[in-house]
Amino acid sequence: MSDYCLSCHSGLIPEVSWSIFFTKTVPTYLCSSCENQLTLVGGPTCKICDRPLEKLDPQYVIGATCYDCVRWEEDPEWQSALLKNHSIYVYNDFLKEVISQYKFRGDYIIAKAFSENIRKKIKTIDYDILVPIPLSKERQYERGFNQSEGLIVEAGFQPTNFLQRIHSEKQSKKSRHDRIHVQQVFRCIGSDLSDKRILLIDDIYTTGSTLRHAAKLLKEEGAQSVSSLTLARG
Amino acid sequence: MKFAIINERLVPEPLLHQQEPTYPISNIETIPQPPINKDYSFNHDLQNLLTGKQLPLDELPYSIHEIHQHYENGCLIYRKGITFQKGKAKCERCGNTDQNWFAAYPCSRCGTSCTYCRRCLMMGRVSACTPLCSWSVVNSFSTNNSQLAWTGTLSQGQQTASTRVCESVANDSVLLVWAVCGAGKTEVLFEGIERALQQQKRVCIATPRTDVVLELTPRLQAVFPHIQVASLYGGSEDRHKQSPLTIATIHQLLRFYKAFDTIILDEVDAFPYSVDETLQYAVKNARKDQSSMIYLTATPNPKWRKECRLGKRNFVTIPARFHRHPLPVPEFVWCGRWQKPLKNGKLPQILMKWLHQRLQSQTQALLFIPKIDLIPVILPILHKLHPKIEAVHAEDPQRKEKVQRMRNKEIPILITTTILERGVTFPNLDVAVLGAEDRIFTESALVQIAGRVGRSKQYPTGNITFFHFGRTEAMTSARKQILSMNKEAVEKGLVDV
Ligand SMILES: [Zn+2]
Ligand SMILES: [Zn+2]
Ligand SMILES: [Zn+2]
Ligand SMILES: [Zn+2]
Repeated sequence: MSDYCLSCHSGLIPEVSWSIFFTKTVPTYLCSSCENQLTLVGGPTCKICDRPLEKLDPQYVIGATCYDCVRWEEDPEWQSALLKNHSIYVYNDFLKEVISQYKFRGDYIIAKAFSENIRKKIKTIDYDILVPIPLSKERQYERGFNQSEGLIVEAGFQPTNFLQRIHSEKQSKKSRHDRIHVQQVFRCIGSDLSDKRILLIDDIYTTGSTLRHAAKLLKEEGAQSVSSLTLARG
Repeated sequence: MKFAIINERLVPEPLLHQQEPTYPISNIETIPQPPINKDYSFNHDLQNLLTGKQLPLDELPYSIHEIHQHYENGCLIYRKGITFQKGKAKCERCGNTDQNWFAAYPCSRCGTSCTYCRRCLMMGRVSACTPLCSWSVVNSFSTNNSQLAWTGTLSQGQQTASTRVCESVANDSVLLVWAVCGAGKTEVLFEGIERALQQQKRVCIATPRTDVVLELTPRLQAVFPHIQVASLYGGSEDRHKQSPLTIATIHQLLRFYKAFDTIILDEVDAFPYSVDETLQYAVKNARKDQSSMIYLTATPNPKWRKECRLGKRNFVTIPARFHRHPLPVPEFVWCGRWQKPLKNGKLPQILMKWLHQRLQSQTQALLFIPKIDLIPVILPILHKLHPKIEAVHAEDPQRKEKVQRMRNKEIPILITTTILERGVTFPNLDVAVLGAEDRIFTESALVQIAGRVGRSKQYPTGNITFFHFGRTEAMTSARKQILSMNKEAVEKGLVDV
């Protein structure tokens, strides 16, 4: 519980209700006007990447799968690398700002604002090990923390660092083709992954290529399945 | 970054040759400072970057090896970014001690749960393991030619104030210049700045608003053509420019540490300085121990006015405008319960008449309103009077453009929130305030609003009317303040009556 909204720093007034005597209260970290600007992913979504299908042009929806995922699954190299992605919020302008405050400005405590929803979501997923998408050494030093790891830790779970980044994160200017065909992004530093169901954690799902690179590698190392959870779905 | 202490010197972790216990800088009680080595050939770019500044170590574009060598030779000072007293954190950059503005994270740099300041996070994170770096010797600025290239003349009132500014600069004292709107306060600074520069002093003009920085920079650059004026605001490119004369938003002062011999603080009463103690700390931190401080305002707060009255504050007034005409005095017009009829699309008859008269006489007008949500209600009503009437508010993306169109006389009447209460000048203008009783119209806001009228020499008079539903103390005091300035101006012979 915090006395101030983590996003806009307005004072938080605890809601007085009789139920506080009977049920455990959920700590709040955002004021209602900030909370209301967050949109949960809902309605029909792509069965692989969790992308909301409603706003998508119907010609890019094949069954319950989006065209992007169909393309990934048609490629034998990437087929079923990623079992399923789960995303919590729609990546809107507000969330974009909050995430950038969190990871670029380094405002770690923001992670608490999402911890309750992350906790709830993780409980609905079957997995054995939580693996955050890593940062390069330089980036991690610069930022002081790994934002994906922060999300897990603040939600009360234990991350396992099975992955290490080989290349730097600067990929924004590359085309889809380049991003997919870059040789190796990660190295696996975990041992004994056999029969483990792994849940990868990242802040945003945009193209899905980072998560698929990690998933493919972990499967090659013997993981039974790899799914992912991201805070935002771009 | 963590440091070890070896032979009473700090040694950063990456430069250690063997395993030593290391600590975040905030855990080291006193930071040893090696004496200055006069023979050391230091890096002049680093000196330029750090003189009078306080920058987090990781913002310096040099290797830790090179940076630390300057510490070992006494040129560079490390200070703790965060200090703790009785378990309470204080941010040394912004002065924040409100514990609600601190948080902690598991830090990859120092391996501890590292406290950081959220208050000044927008300028880069300062945490318990962040060293703030400064240059150790603050040398004076040798300015070859600081001559003033200004051929204008000061009014009698300006001259009096200018002399006092020079005195304050010379003997490092604090002065309040209380100049009515339109007195011409910028010119009052020229002589004092010239004196300061001649004495190798470093001067900063700080203001709460970026627009003011942008407006003042070319004006000062023009009158001091032989020096390079540095202009600092969020996103400006002069960030690392060293200059004897800096014009900056108050926020930018957070980067400075014991830098200036003279700080001139413009519009001290304007948001956010008066409400934000962070910024007061920034100003205090940016001054040298021995320095002068000059406050400029048209509307000092009641506390300061009282101190002036009781002789507890060094001040000078400029009670008259440069054009020697008295300040227009607000008229009060009762317009009843104006909010309710507004819902039915009706504005008070008496206000409609006032606006109609301006349109007929082709006098431009500003109509101040207390709330932004009134715009969509009022604008359609006024469009029936004239289709080119416009409205503007703080978040209006077309704000600049509309002000420009008002200047070009393309807009006959501009409806505005208090955002245009200061700074803007239109030559031939009348002003009305609707709902002058609203709390947002404080005494100083009303004085500033009235101060928009009669600014130019060609049109030195004009009408200012407060339309109200119940006269407030703020309204009465604002009028009283204006009348008393006019009286003082007459007594001192500063207006032609
Ligand atoms: Zn909020
Ligand atoms: Zn999909
Ligand atoms: Zn701070
Ligand atoms: Zn740290």
